[in-house]
Amino acid sequence: MGSAYWQGFRAGAPFVLVVAPFGLLFGVVATEAGLDIVQTMAMTVLVIAGASQFAALQQLNDSAPVFVAVLTGLAVNMRMAMYSASLTTHLGKAGLWKRVLVAYFTVDQTYAVSINEYEQQPERSLSDKLAFFFGTVSPICPLWYVFTYVGAVAGTAIPAEYALDFAVPITFIALVAPSLRSLPHLVAAFVSVAVALSLAWMPYNSGLMFAAILAMISGAAVEKRMGAAA
Amino acid sequence: MSDTSIWWMIITLGIGTFLIRFSFLGLLGGRDLPDWLVRHLRYVPVAVLPALVAPLVVWPDATGGTLDPARAIAALTALAIGAWFRSPLSAIFGGMAMLYFMQFVIQ
Repeated sequence: MGSAYWQGFRAGAPFVLVVAPFGLLFGVVATEAGLDIVQTMAMTVLVIAGASQFAALQQLNDSAPVFVAVLTGLAVNMRMAMYSASLTTHLGKAGLWKRVLVAYFTVDQTYAVSINEYEQQPERSLSDKLAFFFGTVSPICPLWYVFTYVGAVAGTAIPAEYALDFAVPITFIALVAPSLRSLPHLVAAFVSVAVALSLAWMPYNSGLMFAAILAMISGAAVEKRMGAAA
Repeated sequence: MSDTSIWWMIITLGIGTFLIRFSFLGLLGGRDLPDWLVRHLRYVPVAVLPALVAPLVVWPDATGGTLDPARAIAALTALAIGAWFRSPLSAIFGGMAMLYFMQFVIQ
């Protein structure tokens, strides 16, 4: 438990403010969707990726088949392939089991805090970088489990007037909105919404996949054109 | 939905998500990704999440699938706060606050 670990711990600590309410909300939504406490906790521990957990549940609630729910959740998590790729430049030489643990605990917050530190201090040793990463994990991930549990237990006690059905869309909007300040991101979001709404008649929310693929291609194409013009 | 389908969903999503996270850390070692792939991966969140949210905002279940002014205005509020302040947390609180306010005003 050296100083790198505690630096990571301190850098990760403020994100408890994001993770705690999000975990609470997942516990509530999961029990309302019909999962029991064991299933809710199994999902939160095995998947440990809030947005995809909400997305998959939403699909099951819309009576989509399991494979569509899983594909939707995986599509939401594809951004983590990008996290994995960028962490590899710093942690790729760690031992296999350490890389397994890093992979399991790669969430938006631990990744963002750690990569920021690595880019500022690229010369730090591999063991310092690993200690820093697990430092960021310590306040964030255990609280995700704990607050999911609290939400699952308290869930049915929350009255309908609180309109918690809408907390999930609000949360997704909140996660995406900060990135909408560049043209390619705006174009991608616009294509995503337009295609999703016009293909809403397709069965099992399968229009979502078309919307996501077209939006991704549009964003990348606009970025490339802007790069060529600059 | 049955217990079996819930467990299948949990286990396959759990394994799949781990494999996505482990992908490059596990297999690539120190090598770099091709530019075109990185360029597309960058737009994954902004391509998936709006498509997921748009129908929930325009046709919410809670109002029987018809556009609800309170929910629509709350969604736009969250969007504006999040884009302006670049803070997901303020966007969540602002959006929900607007939803409660609009429900109070409209009813």
